[in-house]
Amino acid sequence: MALSGLDIFKLLPKTNCGDCGVPTCMAFAMKLAQKQAELSQCPHASEEATATLGAASEPPIRLVKLGGTDPLEIGNETVMFRHEKTFFNQPGIGVELRTSRDADHILTVIKEIEAYSVERVGEELKADFFLITHDSDKAEDFTNTIELAKTNSSKKLILDCSDPAALRAGLELIKDVRPAILLQNEVVDDDIDLAKAFSASLILTGDSLDALAGQAEKAREAGANDLILRIDTGNLGSELQDNTIMRRSAVHNNYKPFGFPLFTYVNAEDGFDAVARASLLLCKYDSIIVLPSFDKAMLYTLFTLRQNIYTDPQKPIQVDARIYPIGEPTPESPVFVTTNFSLTYFIVSGEIENSGISAHLVVAEAEGQSVLTAWAAGKFVGETVAKFFKDAKVEDEIKTRKVIIPGFVAQIQGDLEDGLPGWEVIVGPQEASDIPSFVKNVELT
Amino acid sequence: MAFEIPKQTNAGKIIEVTIGATGEAGGTRANTVTIGGSTSLPFHFFEGDHPHRPVVAMEVFDKVPPKYPDSLTDRFRDVIETPGDMAKKCVEEFGAELISVSLEGTHPEKGDRTAAEAADTVRAVLESVSVPVIITGHSHFEKINEVMKKVCEAAAGENCLINYVETDNYKTIAAACMAYGHTVVAQSPIDVNLAKQLNILLSDMEFPRERIVMDPLTSTLGYGIEYTYSIMERIRNDGLAGDEMLALPMLVNPGSESMRVKEARAPEKDYPEWGAPDLRGAYWEISTAMSLLAAGADLLVMHHPEALRVVRKSIIEMCESKERV
Repeated sequence: MALSGLDIFKLLPKTNCGDCGVPTCMAFAMKLAQKQAELSQCPHASEEATATLGAASEPPIRLVKLGGTDPLEIGNETVMFRHEKTFFNQPGIGVELRTSRDADHILTVIKEIEAYSVERVGEELKADFFLITHDSDKAEDFTNTIELAKTNSSKKLILDCSDPAALRAGLELIKDVRPAILLQNEVVDDDIDLAKAFSASLILTGDSLDALAGQAEKAREAGANDLILRIDTGNLGSELQDNTIMRRSAVHNNYKPFGFPLFTYVNAEDGFDAVARASLLLCKYDSIIVLPSFDKAMLYTLFTLRQNIYTDPQKPIQVDARIYPIGEPTPESPVFVTTNFSLTYFIVSGEIENSGISAHLVVAEAEGQSVLTAWAAGKFVGETVAKFFKDAKVEDEIKTRKVIIPGFVAQIQGDLEDGLPGWEVIVGPQEASDIPSFVKNVELT
Repeated sequence: MAFEIPKQTNAGKIIEVTIGATGEAGGTRANTVTIGGSTSLPFHFFEGDHPHRPVVAMEVFDKVPPKYPDSLTDRFRDVIETPGDMAKKCVEEFGAELISVSLEGTHPEKGDRTAAEAADTVRAVLESVSVPVIITGHSHFEKINEVMKKVCEAAAGENCLINYVETDNYKTIAAACMAYGHTVVAQSPIDVNLAKQLNILLSDMEFPRERIVMDPLTSTLGYGIEYTYSIMERIRNDGLAGDEMLALPMLVNPGSESMRVKEARAPEKDYPEWGAPDLRGAYWEISTAMSLLAAGADLLVMHHPEALRVVRKSIIEMCESKERV
């Protein structure tokens, strides 16, 4: 729970000694409230202040890390709705491996998933982990699968194994990589000891909120703090509501047993069903999403949704400002110009592509703002666009001397022609969706 | 510390809007569809009522859209040119709860079909199916006003959902809806205040609030869905908090918006890492629909039969959870 500056001020010595580097206690309290300072900077802070502020500065949902180097970080969320601030840590998305399958099949799947990567808005998107489910009756199938995953991939590992000896043997193989252990049954002391011994996170499963709260309480008391929670009711609506209740309890009421990231295993009839379930639960608070099988189209869909939902609403995603070829343009191909707001770039480039022509799309620097916003802010006007054409050496690469501007900024036509001697500026359509019909009816070069 | 479920009670309630009219009410529909009535966030049965579950519609066309993907053409091949037959297939085979008739072909640059032809199309659909009907226009104001006047008259008494009016063009169509007993979609460009303003404008002309469905403008997955998602969450939160001008059910278009994007259509050879195009198109629409359901969608207009099936199944499953809480 966040404390106000005034709440914090009451806990400080109120001597205005300045030893913290800030002239007054009130000013220091304000900095603490804004998380621009730390209490340790005050040499005179009381124990009460340290305890209260320490508890208050703990995030309502704990940050849990999976994996040794370059860990997957989940949790640390502070809001219910992304518009309140943002969602911080993208959920991990991974695939299940079952140890009852033959080793060749498992190896093929591991290699396929390891090799799979897809780019979107400059981000390299990959699966994050394997869940290794031990459903064979031979313990060595479990350790062999772990060995295969460890040797052939860099993915994080989550282990689900009801045979304690096999689980321990498996963990021995992957010391120092911070795996997670998925518990299907109620947590017992041995589980907690094992998790501590191998620096593993524990995924607790409960079929009701009360049961899950009890288990989390027990694990915390025993000193296991890297927990992930899984509500397992088999109904999508219950899962949505339970996830919401847990998130709200943690974020609004600082209820500690639910202050952990959430887990879901997508149990679906087919791929369509899996996408439906995973999409809903990705929006509503799950931080670990396990898919039952590898399907490129499914991963690409969910990676895209994850990127969208976890985008900071206050920071538009930008693409690099430069000349983008659409299709296979020659120096004589048409030239379009727009701003470097990623959404604008996507839509405009997609529609030029749809029109079937090859063209150059000049994406001008406009601080990642959309066309009208950038124009209103003076970032996408005749002068700035002309300057960008010179900086990007457009005239060196392209022989065309006509440029198509977005219809919403028809006003900049005159200024742009003044700034780009020898160029003719054509006003394009207002909506990108009208580009295909526009290119049919207008002389573009 | 015993765990107590933190419940949030809301002052507001989303208005209930009914689409379609049966014989008793002056129409010819076998059933009506009512949406809205919620007193808490989507599917939050633990802290509120949801007397009506979200519903799914499918779209048929007066003129087949140029970007209609191959995977869908294959599924509708024999009926795609005949809106009435396609509507029947959508209802009987795929489980559509409403039919949206797109009149895009009346746009002067996209076919320029006449108002009379549009009215014939709508009549044919009303005759071939008995579910409530949505009539979907386009952004060419002059033409769509002429078309909608004619179509509203042709479907008089059926309480169709006339889709859509916007701030710069609402009077003619809203007046036709009032005159001939239809419900209207108020579309605004992903903005809470503009959505509210349009509802106020409609109220000022005494358009009944229980005859308005809001369209916050759908952006699909990968193309700004986060904007639509957050605006819908804000609209729903404000509506539940007691802002009557935002306490209206919402319509979204996962079908037409997903179908337009490259991801739903590009062949696998161009983007091998995107996976199979037929799956990808359906997945894109499903993911868009499910996210927007979480944000407050009450009526979803779909295109892909698999997407409609699984989204409808998910809605029904989620509503069964009310027995558990």
